[in-house]
Amino acid sequence: MYLPRKAKNKMAVEGLYKKRIDGRKFDEVRPMIAKVGVVPSADGSASFETGGTKAMAVVRGPRTLHPQHMQNAQKGVLRVSYGMMPFSVWDRIRPGPSRRSEEISKVCEWALSSVVDLSGFPNTVVDVFIQVPKADAGTRVAGLNAAAMALAHAGIPMKEMLTAIAVGKADKTLLVDVDKAEEDFHDGEGATDIPLAVTSRGKEVALLQLDGKISPSELKEAIEMGKKACDDILKVQMEALKNLNGGEDNE
Amino acid sequence: MSKFIMPNLQRDKIEAYLAEGKRFDGRKAEDYREIIVEDGVSPSAASAIRVKVGKTEVLVGVHLGVTTPYPDSPDAGTFMTSAELHPMASQQFDIGRPGITAIELARVIDRGIRESGFIDFEKLCIEKGEKVWQVFVDIVAINDDGNLLDVAGLAALIALGRAKMPVYNAEEGKVEHDFSDEGIPLSKEAMSFNMTFHKVGETIVADVSKEEEAISKLRLSIAVGDNGGEPRITAMQKGKPGAINSKDMETILNLVESKWKEMFPKVKELVWGK
Repeated sequence: MYLPRKAKNKMAVEGLYKKRIDGRKFDEVRPMIAKVGVVPSADGSASFETGGTKAMAVVRGPRTLHPQHMQNAQKGVLRVSYGMMPFSVWDRIRPGPSRRSEEISKVCEWALSSVVDLSGFPNTVVDVFIQVPKADAGTRVAGLNAAAMALAHAGIPMKEMLTAIAVGKADKTLLVDVDKAEEDFHDGEGATDIPLAVTSRGKEVALLQLDGKISPSELKEAIEMGKKACDDILKVQMEALKNLNGGEDNE
Repeated sequence: MSKFIMPNLQRDKIEAYLAEGKRFDGRKAEDYREIIVEDGVSPSAASAIRVKVGKTEVLVGVHLGVTTPYPDSPDAGTFMTSAELHPMASQQFDIGRPGITAIELARVIDRGIRESGFIDFEKLCIEKGEKVWQVFVDIVAINDDGNLLDVAGLAALIALGRAKMPVYNAEEGKVEHDFSDEGIPLSKEAMSFNMTFHKVGETIVADVSKEEEAISKLRLSIAVGDNGGEPRITAMQKGKPGAINSKDMETILNLVESKWKEMFPKVKELVWGK
């Protein structure tokens, strides 16, 4: 079910969050920059930036997986590791894995696993490393956008592309590509944050998390808004892949 | 950590080239690659920069927090350098806790900066015995194409030189999410920078490529500062199992003098501007 625009605007007017802090439309993604081939020593690499959030992703593999007992004789294993750089936010992040980064790595791994096809590479591993140099909310979805591009750049067989977005709600207003200030909205019903990833052809949801307060009908609308935004993001990803526009490192 | 495997044929070729004073990328044995610096990697850091030397690339951020001082130096700020040699930068790096390469790199850079007197720690005191600034330098390797140590060390100096002090709210005792126009208290005269020399085959080489680094027999890192226009060594570290004979030691120390005269003005310009 996709609510007509009129109904959405009504909802915004009734709520406390009537205008976005940076002046964007409620269904507008922040300015995007996508690059491919940003790390020359990698098998595949990409970066994806929206507003004040940037993620880099590097793919290494397929290569033999050690220790041997972790190997799968039927297909290759996908392994994802996500982390934020110490200087990416105001309060310094201690280097190394944390509970948060471990969990995000896993949900990103599940999301990417639904689009890659490693049946041709038994006993191997494909590693995806996601790192965030600057953060203004939505780092896992920016990371997934970069990771999907890096996998394609590495030539890993993929059934579909993957595109991700954080949809949110500030009081009663639904928003796409939530920034940190919106994530911290306290008035009325407060903030709801819904990171989701959508497959390019089937339009299936490969990552879905939520925290906040939302009704099932609002959630339906939020997911539709997210899918619509993903169409725009997908164009940016595909454009970067076609032109290999990382610039300097693609000689 | 898996080893970088170098084919013998390539090893022989690199060594034979160097014996004739040549390198694969056209440089002479003592030449550095081009240095590129970019600002503004993260707006929420006191400074965050990207430094590329050839294809070796690091991101370095400076962060300032407020902490209680150590009991033995109640009026001095504190300093910490961390390095993440993340597997994104090289297939030799593993995930998880920092390995010995990352620990050694961070410690050599930390020592070079701390012991040179570059940072004026007493000016980082807010309230004696109670509150002092703590300075963090965080290094993240993006792409390893050799000589990460010098690249990261140079980036750390530039990041410190370009950092802005955050605004401290004394009433509430907290650091605001805002920066002043003031830089970190640094002593310009005390700055020293690190140069690492390797012995590849029988040749002493500066700014090694990844391949040269993989077959190098020994390395010697030397931090050099300015003593009235003459070089002054402020920190050293010998790495790898090989030992240095007196001929190589002389070659390296002669190179230190000439390379310092060439590189120090460049480094100063990168840290302080023209």
